Amino acid sequence: MHIPVINAGWIIAGVLGGVLAIAPGLIWVERRLLALWQDRYGPNRAGPFGVLVVLADTLKLFFKEDWIPPFADKFVFVVAPAIVVITVLMSYVIVPVSPGFVVWDVNIGVLFFLAMSSMGAYSIILGGWASNNKYALLGAMRGAAQMISYEVFMALSLMGVVLHAGSFNLQDIVEAQRGMWFVIPQFVGFMIFFIAGIAETHRLPFDIPEAESELIAGFHSEYSGMKFGMFFVGEYMGIMLVSAIVTCLYFGGWLGPDFLPPIAWFCIKTFAFIGVFILLRASLPRPRYDQLMEYGWKILLPLTLVNLMVTAAVILYMEK
Amino acid sequence: MLSIIQSMWLTFLHMFHKRETIQYPEEKVKLTTRWRGRIVLTRDPDMGERCVGCYLCAAACPVDCISLQATEDENGRRYPDFFRINFSRCIFCGFCEEACPTYAIQLIPDFEMGEYNRQNLVYEKKDLLIDGPGKYPGYNYYNVAGLAIGGKDKGEAENELEPVDVRSLLP
Repeated sequence: MHIPVINAGWIIAGVLGGVLAIAPGLIWVERRLLALWQDRYGPNRAGPFGVLVVLADTLKLFFKEDWIPPFADKFVFVVAPAIVVITVLMSYVIVPVSPGFVVWDVNIGVLFFLAMSSMGAYSIILGGWASNNKYALLGAMRGAAQMISYEVFMALSLMGVVLHAGSFNLQDIVEAQRGMWFVIPQFVGFMIFFIAGIAETHRLPFDIPEAESELIAGFHSEYSGMKFGMFFVGEYMGIMLVSAIVTCLYFGGWLGPDFLPPIAWFCIKTFAFIGVFILLRASLPRPRYDQLMEYGWKILLPLTLVNLMVTAAVILYMEK
Repeated sequence: MLSIIQSMWLTFLHMFHKRETIQYPEEKVKLTTRWRGRIVLTRDPDMGERCVGCYLCAAACPVDCISLQATEDENGRRYPDFFRINFSRCIFCGFCEEACPTYAIQLIPDFEMGEYNRQNLVYEKKDLLIDGPGKYPGYNYYNVAGLAIGGKDKGEAENELEPVDVRSLLP
């Protein structure tokens, strides 16, 4: 197969620019979609269909007072929001947008993604701890527990795909889906990964670290201005990342009929999953904290292990 | 699991429902005739002020936003010297309308009274008075009250009998 050679600089610029342009745009997308599902219109005044509300929001965030509470640990307080953005952006390095269009074509792609998403937990913990506020700390504790426990079977649920494809490289995994998307043999794995992905990006209904109704805003209670904006954008980039990874691992990445270019297929699939993320937010209530942990450890973890072992057994049987 | 998918599907179907939003400045809200909005002072059918300055509205007002001063004209007809409503305090509860014995003060279906300057929300009598009877078209307080004012003596009001001469035994 012919893989067009593109200058690495252009790829980096393309991925970085694309992600940073789309992530704030998702704020608008989310508000419009939520409104659509709640019989409202959503933002529709500024610009065509209200798109410029993103610009207004960003300007507002920039002009807000950048307040560091006197009781906070200044250095950690400032560093925490950067960590979430950095780790998520780093994860995009391994996402193949179309054949050859990947920043770092590495043979441990999936592992790199898992490592980086685990690092993201630090931003929540450090942010909540450095705020020196009891609600922030509670949110951070919840966030840490949630992310660590969902991390476990998030990684294990991916192993089914790795077994099928025989590679950790995302390009190889996508190529291995030419015959059949992995969502069909790995449906359980897909469901588990998607649930874990929601928990990992701490999106609703698993927004327990934030939980406006009980913890004000959880770990980012004390943040304002662009530092809060970083957490916010990091969350949206996390949604995009999980959607992109799901697309690559289970829904054939850029593969699709020829009438559209590969990159278009990738974007369509990714945006469909972003839509599902928002639909989840629109329809489901937040579970209690202990329910979340129980669900993770008592149901999803055993299910993942069973799924992994059955997959391995089937593959071994097929090879024999 | 099934109920989660069901609720997601139901939420998804809301996409095709009618929007609840009213696009306000272009599309006006439908206000019923009893809607309690801006307060007006009405006149009776002869274009005389209905308000008799009894202070009941000011007394009924829970936020004390009404202030007035009653005087009398040469005919003995009472009217407010000034009548002032501070709409930055008004809560549009309608108690003043209920308290008013002469239907003078009325709440009308209008809420578009935004101002940049807070002081502009203090309405004086000239802002409040309208040239009409409001919700009670035929009502004229002095024509039905048994009060003697200039041009109308006792017993001359509508449906009113001549006053009884209590010092006489004649029928």
